[in-house]
Amino acid sequence: MAKYMDLMPHQIMRLVQIGDAPAEEKVLGCAALWSCAGCLTCTQRCPKELDPAAVMDVLRQMAYDRKKAPPNQKKVLAFHQAFLKTVESAGRMSEFSLVRRYKMASLDFMSDVALVPAMFARGKLKFSDHKTPGRKEVQRIFAACRKKGDR
Amino acid sequence: MARVGVFICHCGENIARTVDVAAAAAAAAKFPGVVYSVDYKYMCSDPGQQLVRKAIADHKLTGVVVAACSPRMHETTFRRAAAAAGLNPYLLEMANVREHCAWVHSDRAAATAKAIDLIRAMVEKVKRNRALHPISVPVEPTAVVIGGGIAGIQAALDIATGGKKVVLIEKSPSIGGHMARLSETFPTLDCSQCILTPRMVEVANHPNITLMTYSEVEAVAGFVGNFEVTVRRKARYVDLAKCTGCGECWSKCPNKKIPSEFDARLGNRTAIYRVSPQAVPNQPVIDAQRCLMLTKGRCGVCAKVCPREAINFKDADELVKVKAGAIVLATGFELWDHSAYGEYGAGRIADVIDGFAFERLASASGPTSGEIRRPSDGATPKTVVFVQCCGSRDEKAGRKYCSKICCMYTAKHAMLYAHKVHGGRAVVFYMDVRAAGKGYDEFVRRAVEKDGAEYIRGRVSKIYRRSDGKIIVRGADTLAGTPVTIEADLVVLADAIVPRTDAQKLARMLGVAYDADGFFSEAHPKLRPVETAVAGVYLAGVCQGPKDIPESVAQASAAAAKVLGLFARPKLEREPVIARVNRTTCAHCRACINACPYKAIEDFNIVDRSGKLLRVVANVNEGLCQGCGTCVSVCRSKSMDLDGFTDEQVYLQIATLEPEESPLPARSSP
Amino acid sequence: MKSIGYYPGCALACSGIELDLSIRALSRLAGVELREVEDWNCCGASSAHSTGHELAVALPYRVLALAEAQGQTELLAPCASCFSRLKGTLVRLRRNPEMLEKMAGLTGRPCRNSVSVVNVLEYLSRLLKDGLADKLAAPLKGVKVAAYYGCLLSRGEGIIEGDDPENPTGMEAAIRAAGCEVVPWNFATECCGGAFSLAKTEAVVDLSAAILGDAEKAGAQMIVTGCPMCHSNLDMRQRAVNAVGRGTRPMPILYLSELLGLAAGIDPKTIGLDRHFTDAMCVVGRSV
Repeated sequence: MAKYMDLMPHQIMRLVQIGDAPAEEKVLGCAALWSCAGCLTCTQRCPKELDPAAVMDVLRQMAYDRKKAPPNQKKVLAFHQAFLKTVESAGRMSEFSLVRRYKMASLDFMSDVALVPAMFARGKLKFSDHKTPGRKEVQRIFAACRKKGDR
Repeated sequence: MARVGVFICHCGENIARTVDVAAAAAAAAKFPGVVYSVDYKYMCSDPGQQLVRKAIADHKLTGVVVAACSPRMHETTFRRAAAAAGLNPYLLEMANVREHCAWVHSDRAAATAKAIDLIRAMVEKVKRNRALHPISVPVEPTAVVIGGGIAGIQAALDIATGGKKVVLIEKSPSIGGHMARLSETFPTLDCSQCILTPRMVEVANHPNITLMTYSEVEAVAGFVGNFEVTVRRKARYVDLAKCTGCGECWSKCPNKKIPSEFDARLGNRTAIYRVSPQAVPNQPVIDAQRCLMLTKGRCGVCAKVCPREAINFKDADELVKVKAGAIVLATGFELWDHSAYGEYGAGRIADVIDGFAFERLASASGPTSGEIRRPSDGATPKTVVFVQCCGSRDEKAGRKYCSKICCMYTAKHAMLYAHKVHGGRAVVFYMDVRAAGKGYDEFVRRAVEKDGAEYIRGRVSKIYRRSDGKIIVRGADTLAGTPVTIEADLVVLADAIVPRTDAQKLARMLGVAYDADGFFSEAHPKLRPVETAVAGVYLAGVCQGPKDIPESVAQASAAAAKVLGLFARPKLEREPVIARVNRTTCAHCRACINACPYKAIEDFNIVDRSGKLLRVVANVNEGLCQGCGTCVSVCRSKSMDLDGFTDEQVYLQIATLEPEESPLPARSSP
Repeated sequence: MKSIGYYPGCALACSGIELDLSIRALSRLAGVELREVEDWNCCGASSAHSTGHELAVALPYRVLALAEAQGQTELLAPCASCFSRLKGTLVRLRRNPEMLEKMAGLTGRPCRNSVSVVNVLEYLSRLLKDGLADKLAAPLKGVKVAAYYGCLLSRGEGIIEGDDPENPTGMEAAIRAAGCEVVPWNFATECCGGAFSLAKTEAVVDLSAAILGDAEKAGAQMIVTGCPMCHSNLDMRQRAVNAVGRGTRPMPILYLSELLGLAAGIDPKTIGLDRHFTDAMCVVGRSV
């Protein structure tokens, strides 16, 4: 995904090494964090046996926590939030609820519209969520993590 | 009656900052047997040594303790001073109050007390020192050089020019090593063979050099000045005395499809072959595993066409023993196997080659007569990508170290390509450019500015072969901050330099240490780069660590200088600190013989006057014993002792360090 | 192996339904009982680990704790992302035992971290070795297959074990057992864009186009995969790839479990082969 990034992964690592306030500002506010697919190729290939994928994860968590994600990554953030809200509410993710919430948050109503009937016809889309008995427990977990600083 | 002098050095501030040297000298003056005790700023200086010499004469000293630095620094210096004053040098000992005391402690009171203890222990020891005399061993003034590359050749020539005999042993059929495979050398772009072959011929013709090619070292026995090297001269199946190198045999050999190791498998050779037209000796060998006559009993064409009847299928390996006084290791290197990099094609893409393969393509005597062609289809590549640091500086899948020469030879390759393929595009992916030698950085700039090589800073993450035959190279341009993809026709990987796989076996034969990467260990990384910890064995060239040709040549000449220094005197003096058997009490249990790591102890027959065998006991070979003391510790009858470090001396040193309230009886002095 | 714990994960109920159907069918044929973890929750996939480090561990932890409490020793997680999360959490807890205590407190469930996790490729290899290989009555005749591992079935230190991350071969035995020919190609471990299907569709289309293109150039007639995300991106988004002019000839994308199901002679509808976006029923005719 490097071609979609404003900062390249090695530049992100360098800024983390520098570590001062301006570097932190730049890294946590960059779009590249949200273009990373977590494919693990960087960690696999690093000749110093470092773990850039893990660093990206931590940076994302920090950026999310401090609400630093740039506006041009709205769709990605909306996706993650929709996903997590669905899981918190039902205990599991269901694609209908995910897509519904995502479209409301991203205001991207038109894309993939044609796919909806196709998915439904193939049994790949159900119009209800499977609410698990354990969803209350899951909600407690989400709340506990929020208290500890996760959002 | 003992008369011991104690000299305590300040070593400037090094000792005096932490140890109260004046107090120590005062304390030492009261030790039993000490008649003179003094402290001085720099004992190792001329006036310091003069102090020792004067005191020996004035006070008729029978023993000296110099409390200063480590004996490894200045024991020889002070012993020489004592000898100059007429005192046997082995009656002088050093107490290490610097490395063992002042340098490792900070509490002045405690350090001073410890220094006093150390001095007292050494005084007790020196009172029991015996006068010893160096052991003389004869030196065989012949050097054995193992490895016939540029380093081995240079060392052999320098030793031979110095008037001493050399036996040069080379594993392959010809000398010349890797340098003979290169097309041109940096930074001058000299033709490699043109500068090398005159030396190769000189080696062959030199009256002092015996050349043993197609030979390997099988065993090494002995010690400095007196090595015995067993060499396996492998069967060539060609009589060198008769063969003229006319070439009839290899031109008629039917087995023409054997991949040539010399040509990096880009070209073929025959079963009877010489490695290259410039081979020295310029006579072929038969590859016994590929020869039809030797494996299947058929063919024999070479024997039929040879005008001198020089082919001998009945040839056999011959074991030859060579006596030598010194050995120089110059075994060189190989390239790391890049099939470990799955992301670069795991060694399976024909058009992804290593540096030596590129050299053979560029070489006028190579498989393509000097034209750069793709191995897969013979086409001229229009875009060549050079990938540096392949396997080097890689903690995960390769070697941690930098291979030193790749930046330079990659720039050279880019230039050779530009000269040979006009309009071709050379791209170099680098991490850093290391061009530290004379004219080296200018050379790399020439590649960029005159010959148009595109240097991209960044690592290559993946190389694969697209279905249309193009080699796709994916990397990064870290300076621009973008990913980069190049469609190449040919890719050259600068593989790491590694020591030869069989080098370790040779090292173990000699007792030479090697590091975790397999490079031979020099005796001291800064100050003794061509010696090993084994006396009489020297190093030259890449076997000691990655380096280029000028450095290999310099190191070879340095090793030669060491050898000539060793050979300068007909006899070698060895330290007399060796083990000694008490023949009366020795029970011949042979524990010492089995324990000795240097094979220095042997059986000794005690016979009466008529020659009848009375007893067999152990005997220490003065030439081989290194004074390690292992035999002393295993001897059950306490018949073995170490001159200079007797049991009595060591126990007494320990006893003097015991606290005052010890229940042992009071010490007595002789 | 008589039974194994089963963690289907969220995708297998909807977009990855073929994976669930084919695994169940093969397990029935092999006589292995899939014991679904009761009341299982979502593992969090990439959204959890991208936004909060405690949530990222707590969600998989609850699954492992549930499985353990229900007497399971081993879990099959067919979705590559779920597998990566579950096994990754297992490994992390093993390396940091103090996290076990912390998670117990946070979730209210104790756990000894005693359950092991298996991915779909490992599971299918095991089934084949345990006798399924003998039940492949209708092998496909020499169909050329590009084995596509994607990211999470080839990489992950401590998570993927026993295969070469650059040139994996974990699917090859199974593909050959199904009668197919494995073609060498260059994109076996290249990322398809993963979870960006909705939020960065153009990136997914771009990466999927490259994968489809290389498979076609290598002569593949079919791509076999193990991950529902990869399947969706290569199968459902193949139309989008065609729409931007980078399309190949129609490339059926099959789960390895579907391929084996077909080779075992199971009715294609039972394994979900009729539910693909890019027609996969054409493969049915290739059986012996």
